[in-house]
Amino acid sequence: MSQPYRLPRGGRIDRGAPLQFTFDGRTIHGYQGDTLASALLANGAALIGRSFKYHRPRGIVAAGAEDPNAFVQLGRGARAAPNRLATVTPAAHGMQVRSVNAWPSLDYDVMSLLGLAAPFIPAGFYYKTLMWPRRLWPLYERVLRRAAGLGRAPSGPDPDRYDYVHARCDVLVVGAGPAGLAAARAAARRGARVILADEQPQPGGSLLASAERVDGVPGHAWAAAAAADLAASPRVTVLPDTTVFGLYQSNLALMVERRREQPGDAAGTERGARTWRVTPRRIVLASGAHERPLLCANNDLPGVMLASATAAYLHRYAAAPGSRAVFFTTNDTAYRAALDLAEAGVPVAAIADVRADPDGRLPAEARARGIQVLAAAAVRRVLGRRRVAAVELCSLDGSPRGVVECDLLGLAGGFAPALHLHAQAGGRTDWDPALAAFVPRRSNGVHPAGGAAGALGTAAALRQGAQAGASAAAAAGFTADAAPAPPGGGPELPSAQDAPDLGFQPYWVPPNALGRVKPQFVDLHEDVTLDDLRLTLREGFEAVEHVKRYTTLGMGPDQGKLANPLATGVLAELQGLHPAAVGAPRYRPAYTPVALGALAGRSVGALSDPLRATPMQAWHQAAGARFESVGQWRRPLAYPQRGETVHDAAARECLAVRRRVGLLDSSTLGKIEVNGPDAGEFLERVYVNTWKRLPPGRCRYGLMLGEDGMILDDGVTARLDERRYLTFTSTSGAAEVLAWLERWLQTEWPELRVYLTSVSEHWACLALAGPRSRETLAAAGTDIALDRQAFPHMTFRAGRVAGVRARVFRISFSGELSYEINVPADQALHVWETLLECGRPFGIAPYGTEAMHVLRAEKGYVIVGQETDGSVTPLDVGLRRMLSRRKDFLGKRSLSRPALLRADRKQLVGLRSDDPAQVVPEGAPLVDAPSRRRPLPMRGHVTSSYHSPALGRAIALALVSGGRASLGERLYAAAPDDRWIPVRSCLPIFYDPTGARLHV
Amino acid sequence: MQRYSLPHLIRRGLRGQRGWTRAWRKAAPKPSYDVVIVGGGGHGLATAYYLAKLHGVRNVAVLERGWLGGGNVGRNTAIVRSNYLWDASAHIYEFSLQLWEGLSRELNYNVMFSQRGVLNLGHSAHDMHGLARRVGANKLNGIDAELLSTEQIARLVPILDTSAAARYPILGGTLQRRGGVARHDAVAWGYARAADALGVDIVEGCEVTGIRAAAGRVAALETTRGEIRAGKVGLVVAGNASVLAAMAGLRLPIQSHPLQALVTEPLKPVLDPVVMSSAVHVYVSQTDRGELVLGAGIDAPTSYDLRGSFRVIEHTLAATVELFPIFSRVRMLRQWAGTVDVCPDASPIIGPTPMEGLFVNCGWGTGGFKATPGSGWVFAHTLAHGQPHPLNAPFGLDRFAAGALIDEHGAAAVAH
Repeated sequence: MSQPYRLPRGGRIDRGAPLQFTFDGRTIHGYQGDTLASALLANGAALIGRSFKYHRPRGIVAAGAEDPNAFVQLGRGARAAPNRLATVTPAAHGMQVRSVNAWPSLDYDVMSLLGLAAPFIPAGFYYKTLMWPRRLWPLYERVLRRAAGLGRAPSGPDPDRYDYVHARCDVLVVGAGPAGLAAARAAARRGARVILADEQPQPGGSLLASAERVDGVPGHAWAAAAAADLAASPRVTVLPDTTVFGLYQSNLALMVERRREQPGDAAGTERGARTWRVTPRRIVLASGAHERPLLCANNDLPGVMLASATAAYLHRYAAAPGSRAVFFTTNDTAYRAALDLAEAGVPVAAIADVRADPDGRLPAEARARGIQVLAAAAVRRVLGRRRVAAVELCSLDGSPRGVVECDLLGLAGGFAPALHLHAQAGGRTDWDPALAAFVPRRSNGVHPAGGAAGALGTAAALRQGAQAGASAAAAAGFTADAAPAPPGGGPELPSAQDAPDLGFQPYWVPPNALGRVKPQFVDLHEDVTLDDLRLTLREGFEAVEHVKRYTTLGMGPDQGKLANPLATGVLAELQGLHPAAVGAPRYRPAYTPVALGALAGRSVGALSDPLRATPMQAWHQAAGARFESVGQWRRPLAYPQRGETVHDAAARECLAVRRRVGLLDSSTLGKIEVNGPDAGEFLERVYVNTWKRLPPGRCRYGLMLGEDGMILDDGVTARLDERRYLTFTSTSGAAEVLAWLERWLQTEWPELRVYLTSVSEHWACLALAGPRSRETLAAAGTDIALDRQAFPHMTFRAGRVAGVRARVFRISFSGELSYEINVPADQALHVWETLLECGRPFGIAPYGTEAMHVLRAEKGYVIVGQETDGSVTPLDVGLRRMLSRRKDFLGKRSLSRPALLRADRKQLVGLRSDDPAQVVPEGAPLVDAPSRRRPLPMRGHVTSSYHSPALGRAIALALVSGGRASLGERLYAAAPDDRWIPVRSCLPIFYDPTGARLHV
Repeated sequence: MQRYSLPHLIRRGLRGQRGWTRAWRKAAPKPSYDVVIVGGGGHGLATAYYLAKLHGVRNVAVLERGWLGGGNVGRNTAIVRSNYLWDASAHIYEFSLQLWEGLSRELNYNVMFSQRGVLNLGHSAHDMHGLARRVGANKLNGIDAELLSTEQIARLVPILDTSAAARYPILGGTLQRRGGVARHDAVAWGYARAADALGVDIVEGCEVTGIRAAAGRVAALETTRGEIRAGKVGLVVAGNASVLAAMAGLRLPIQSHPLQALVTEPLKPVLDPVVMSSAVHVYVSQTDRGELVLGAGIDAPTSYDLRGSFRVIEHTLAATVELFPIFSRVRMLRQWAGTVDVCPDASPIIGPTPMEGLFVNCGWGTGGFKATPGSGWVFAHTLAHGQPHPLNAPFGLDRFAAGALIDEHGAAAVAH
């Protein structure tokens, strides 16, 4: 097995579990425990991608989520996963990994020729050109679009499944490094319920990447034991592989837990994820710090890496990131990495230190080991084509210090706390001059610790973690006194080494003496260079958000985790400002990208906005109904038989209702019981008409307006008894109307003694309509007297129908004798079937919404949402007579506004097309005369339009400006195919204008 | 003004792009101006530009509390279209769209207006009815609009789930081919640069703290950088209109809500037109960088907090994944919110106020970006002449008392 850069010993990998995967077709060998990045490094694959803009060769820079380069495409087809970060993706056997943004191959990318054009395409170049000629912009844009983008989207629906978990805890600890583990332990010991989440598969954080010892054992072993102890406690949930990606209002933490491939899976990449919504009382932020890169020419070549990352690959993965190293540092931490590398057998050729006199313990050790240490020195330029071949060193005064051959350059520009979550939660920051970075200011609910608080070194992290855990627990109400038995043994504060003093010296912009060598990348992902920042400032984009937007600094999929902290320092120095005056671009969630599917959770497929079904749904299906979407329902549109079209079926169903009897499932109507001594008063306020004097047992059609006087909903309300009303709402308005009523009741009129209960699903509703409905109902068996005097139109009776307790309303939406039979939903199917069975001698037919629409249009009954659109008043639809003059109601005052009283308001009229066979398209605009002129003034539009089987002609309803005053006028409807259809307006009632059929 | 062009870019490129100067001056406020625009966003800067360009009013300042373009012009989903239902809206948005079509040349700044087409989906007979009505009205108003069948939509956007069994079956849609997207920040910068070149003072970091009147007429603004006298004042502060108007003792019929949006990581091109579905609150487009930009629904509670409820994001994404099943594995990169000022009829207010000399341009709700050029144009006219242009006359503050509402709830992408 060819892993030339795999070290013979060490690492947190399982050498007993070898694996292989392909990278651009080439076989890569690794072990369980490797990430894609560590395996690639162990195999000597330095070049793993091409940059976003210039297509420059790029390699691995970091060992975690902050890497700006290592984006790869995983898998194929529907399982394809674009833009996965190789540095955090565990290697799995059989994976197919491909580089992105390179054609025809990673080694020879045609687009890298763009590098030659780099002087002419600086940041924001596209704002200054590509404007001429205008019609070529689509072409320019197509080229830009093809060149941009990274990975490819999957080709099919996602086979993975995602879950949602809701959880509460006292203390959420973000990060299971030394600070996080100590915090979790301290909080749990005080009795707090703790969730400990870490994005890595193993706990330990920085301990995984060092040879440090804690409590006398290797750091990683201590971390594993500490996490195991915590996990054993019933009060603690330890979540590896879980990223806290956002903090929202009220301490809501959003986390995503990745679920890895299971044994026995086909070679895949991921198996979905679980999204956690956690509302902890307190949050301990132990999310660590990110090392900053340093500027020098060609600082983007593969082989240029963060110093801390070299140590991580060495200790954690036993992968040597190179065969001969140079370090470029601003502080002592690089020496530790250099010494470790040398110890592992990777020669360190030189350490260039910007400090004049690096004299700490570690520099001394390095010198003692024979490593060349150059003080007051910098890397001026990196040399090499597709990876580092050498570095050119010089003193800060510009004098050359030689060219050193190497294939690895470690950069140590100091550390910046990972403040993302702190800032998302609204936390403020302070500039810490010793660290030259922003550190979190203590804020409400969030307790930073360890690297995230600016503390470096394991001992400090443990100490701060324990303090933060204790104070978070105390703030959540758990003090040490109340402590039950601690989870696991061991002292509260384990022993560990303190970090050496950093001795940090900022190095942002290379001194002028070094010459303007280029390119020097500030943001590797976005190919933003130092010169780009200079240009941006020159052009006046000085606010850090302007710089970000103009250059796209920090806008890549890495969200500028490395670039932003560096840019703050660079921008400050270029402008001669204090870094705090420059600030940092706003941190926006998510910390690392989250799959849309994970955020949708289970709310997909059948569980996406789940459909509702009436008790007769299966019956409709079996009867061959065609359905239409109405809100969350699928309602039968019609029941086509033997080769009928929907249209034929609806026509037959209409005639059945007009001539015999039909049965409609109207269970979807909203039903609200309005209960209480003030129920009548409440209804009087929300409806335009009066209710208090409606006798029990009677029904009334009501109209509800918004505050603006526009029709909101309509429906029949029945008075069940002295203090109880039942209100029917439209199907799609049901939830909205209930919310509207509750809003008024709860916020404006709390003194009213009224309770609202939605009974929509309790009562199924069966509308039996047609001249023979009385006979049908009688045949189905009822104890309700059905004759005209005993049970007149617009009344309600309770009794039994087909043996089932029922409320029967003699109301009609078809203009025929009609009984709307409400029965408990669980017995509705029996009643439905009985009615159809007993109605057979009378010629009964089930009918759907299409017939219902035609029947009501023949009568000129409006449908809210079809004849109305939120801009229609009762006056407009000819219902002025319903408005009570004796009382106030919602919307009443608005109706007196002058514009609503104008004669040229759009008013409801009927339309007859000249050609009785011509059904005017719904929605068609109406004009006085056809014309090619545009804009052409419109008189109104067609709201409903059907062929009426009863009348044997087309009928339509329309809203027409000043329509009611000019009935009979000639208008033209514009059909979508640009034909003009001549029509004539008429009264909006086509059938039984006297209503005689209702009162039989 | 330094001209932007390819030859200039190349010539300066040979010298390290060092010859460029500031896009706009860093102006300090003068004691007095003929017109002061409060709000350095897209609409305010456009207003200043057209005042100077078309009306010869050049003693103008634009005051911006923070950094220019930091409000909604930098937070929206950059969609531009004009397919509005009512005549008054159709006319102003169409006028705006026509300005968009020549804007890059007009400003000598590439705002990357990309007419990729805007597709609106219909999922029910009710939706289709509304779409048919809108197309009919658009056509008579001279606005390009096409009604598409499901099959045509499947060809145009193959990654949409157009199967009949989908949760939100696609029954058809409308397409406005002239609609599209623009680079939103560039719009603010382009107007700022062009206005500056005409002598307009753009003052960043200058917050208005009070509005002073004398004899019923606006006299001066109190700011964090001192008092500034003004002949006329235009308030163009989306997200803060009520706050500013209150300084003049005005109560506007406006409610402010958070509105959220997000982008995904960049992908190779998968989505050409902008796709919108008002029924399920999804609107999505793919930027030239390859990111998908998604807009979420409005947060129901009123708030100035720039963190909306995450629930709203989840609902939007669930619906998005239903419509575009292949987006499930694509990942959200960044998410944010802006504050939208919404009028009861979801239409803006552009015109005079009861205080003489004080004008407002506000209440654009969720859809102000597309109107930026037209809004600036008519507002400049209004400020210059002291009375509205016929295009914005229907959008006066007095329409609420009169009841002459222009209800565009149906046309908004986001349900209010």
